[in-house]
Amino acid sequence: MNNREEFWRGVRDMLGPSLGISAWALVTGVAMVKGGLSVPIAAAITVFVYAGSAQLAALPLIAAGAPLWVLWATAFCVNLRFVIFSAQWRKYFGHLPRWQRLVLGYLAVDLSYVLFLRRFPEPKPAPDQWPYFWGGVTWNWLSWQVPALAGVVLADRVPTEWGLDFAGVLALLGVAYSLLSGRKSWVAGGVAAVAAVAAFGFPLKLNIVVAIAAGVVVGMLLDRRFPDVRTAPRT
Amino acid sequence: MTTAQLIIATIGLTVISVITRGFFLLPNREWPLPHWLLQGLRYAPLAALVAVIAPEIVLTNGVLIDTWRDARLFAVAVGSAYFVWRRDILGMIIAGTAVLLALRIGLNW
Repeated sequence: MNNREEFWRGVRDMLGPSLGISAWALVTGVAMVKGGLSVPIAAAITVFVYAGSAQLAALPLIAAGAPLWVLWATAFCVNLRFVIFSAQWRKYFGHLPRWQRLVLGYLAVDLSYVLFLRRFPEPKPAPDQWPYFWGGVTWNWLSWQVPALAGVVLADRVPTEWGLDFAGVLALLGVAYSLLSGRKSWVAGGVAAVAAVAAFGFPLKLNIVVAIAAGVVVGMLLDRRFPDVRTAPRT
Repeated sequence: MTTAQLIIATIGLTVISVITRGFFLLPNREWPLPHWLLQGLRYAPLAALVAVIAPEIVLTNGVLIDTWRDARLFAVAVGSAYFVWRRDILGMIIAGTAVLLALRIGLNW
């Protein structure tokens, strides 16, 4: 095992997608201040909440003065995917002390999850995982926080009308493509996409939960109808 | 919202980030999940990502777009083609964003 090598490998794997994340972070920072938040509050939300999709979902609710429970319920629903990821993280890091699991879990966002599982498909602990994880989450943290704070401070000078935040959508789309493995996952992903759009009008961003449920159910039905030869789950 | 409310809101949102990301990781004992559920959950990350992305691509202000003259569609098409060609997310972001900006600024789509 070579700790330093694995750390930098984690950074390198994150470099490409993090560019899109940075553009998204910048626009999120700008959007929070233009949405009416003061600079200190917007900066605090960026630094502590550290969840782009939840922040963007929360913003219009804060602006509209929605009750706190609605705000929190919405953020929880948007973050439900992390609940599912956490079951998988446990297989790699479940043996560590609780405070370390707390920090690891908090820092593990979408990209960390996808890249980590691509690097370590076997769901069991290995010594290289720790430095690789830290390389990826450190770079991801920086490439979110620095542009987001820049956006908060420079809100009036960053042009948002061009839709630069779409780079973030493209980054997540690239990550989704690399999760596709076989026809069943295409069908499950397609069903989830249609469900998310069809249920968009649901309150509390519940369309995301509806889409996850639809994708998982369709995937399970397909698994039953067309079982894999290989049983090890890929993701 | 008042500043005090905003601070409470921020603390709550931070707690939600910590709890959701550590949900099954934080308990000291493993919560038993049935095998069929774990099998099905491997589709969940893909479904979750797609659920976040899809509305961003085909909806404008919550309504399905009714024109093909939308820069996002071309950005996604070009970005996807690049990904199929090179399997490279960075190139995909750059190609897609370049198309998006060219159409937005050049043609006002």
